[in-house]
Amino acid sequence: MSELGIVYALLGAAVAVLLSGTGSAIGVGIAGQAASGVVTEDPSKFAKVLIIQLLPGTQGLYGLLIGFITLSKIGVLGGGLADLSVQTGLLILAACLPIGVVGLLSAIAQGKTAAAAIGIVAKKPDQFGKAMLFPAMVETYAILALLISFLAVSGIQV
Amino acid sequence: MGNTKYTYAVARIRALETSLLTDAVIEQLLACPTAEQALQLLIEKGWGDAAAANDTDAVLNREEEKTWQVIRDVAPDMRVFDVLSYPKLYHNLKAAIKEVCTEVKNPHIFYDDCAIPGEEMMKIVESKDFARLPGNMPGVAQEAFETLLHTRDGQLCDIMIDKAALEAVRDAGQRSGEPIIADYADTTVAIADIKIAVRSQKTGKSSDFMRSAMAECQGVSVEQLIRAALAGSDEIAQYLEGTSYAAGAEALKESPSAFERWCDNQMIETLKSQKYETFSVGPLLGYLIARENEIKTVRIILTGKQNGFPDDAIRERIREMYV
Repeated sequence: MSELGIVYALLGAAVAVLLSGTGSAIGVGIAGQAASGVVTEDPSKFAKVLIIQLLPGTQGLYGLLIGFITLSKIGVLGGGLADLSVQTGLLILAACLPIGVVGLLSAIAQGKTAAAAIGIVAKKPDQFGKAMLFPAMVETYAILALLISFLAVSGIQV
Repeated sequence: MGNTKYTYAVARIRALETSLLTDAVIEQLLACPTAEQALQLLIEKGWGDAAAANDTDAVLNREEEKTWQVIRDVAPDMRVFDVLSYPKLYHNLKAAIKEVCTEVKNPHIFYDDCAIPGEEMMKIVESKDFARLPGNMPGVAQEAFETLLHTRDGQLCDIMIDKAALEAVRDAGQRSGEPIIADYADTTVAIADIKIAVRSQKTGKSSDFMRSAMAECQGVSVEQLIRAALAGSDEIAQYLEGTSYAAGAEALKESPSAFERWCDNQMIETLKSQKYETFSVGPLLGYLIARENEIKTVRIILTGKQNGFPDDAIRERIREMYV
């Protein structure tokens, strides 16, 4: 049965990377469409809209971080697979869920907010700072999920 | 995930909104002593192009073309804009029927930037091949054509086609599935009905005439409007006070041009909230109407100045701006 433990743990790493990565791709995509719209008419705003477009990309990085920690914890990286019980495997899977699920949903929401914020930059470029804050607010919840996933994965004894 | 197909279009429109004329620019135009100077100011703002040079009409037409060009560029589905192109289409039908029936040729009476341009429309009407027309057009075209041939009553032909146009606009609005387009279409029909009532009252038309000219809509009740129009202009104002067009009643009392101005302002008012939308077709519609409104206002200022109208008379006709 001990083989199943490592499968669950690896599934956890996959969930963290898959979901948050998908969310970020969608989010950056939505913001990218808006950014292209603005740059079509006013190429001088490229740098500003690019920064806003990238904000929903962070969730993917958080997922990658959790995935990485999980992989090194269970020994997939660095050689020597750990001998995990099914229970421990499931614990690691559960620990990976917060960043996976919150990463997916928050990145999409952040992408939409970023698209709206790009609208602010299009009309009032001098309000760039304020425009950046709105999508950045969504980031808070992705960071909270990252924190819990991080603490949980690190806390589980292998 | 919601609908994000308008994200690109809206962002582009947002960038373009910065070049719409503001109230301050309109004031500047009004302050220009001559029409030439006003036109020069517009050209400095990027209006017209090299080909249009300093010709007022060419500059204004070029601006209208530019607007539609942008919308055609960005809109994922042009069908939602049928609401705006139908009036031109039906105008072409009307013009073609009259040309064929009266056998008089007039230059420049057709719109060429719609589904069926003038030349094609002439061919259809000449060959009486009305089945080639879209939507509710074949039936009304046939009827209007025969009416004009038999009665020689141009107005009767006009109201038949205008009513069909209003109905087509209303149906296209509902079909579009976009609340703001449906809203716009309904407002257009309601305002047209109110205008018909006001003018019919002034010229003493019968209830049958009004019934054959007005199209049903949600904003106003055709029957009540007809009854009010038969009773007098105060009754129209009184009826309007009970609808969402209450402010129109005020404008109606002031003067006919104040009423026309109110009609346009009402439309802009409906659309102003679209400036804060990011994922719907609303901002595209808003931009389109804002541009048309702006071109209309500039035309009023320029022709007013060319003909030496006093500033007050021009100012009374200035429309509210979108930005």
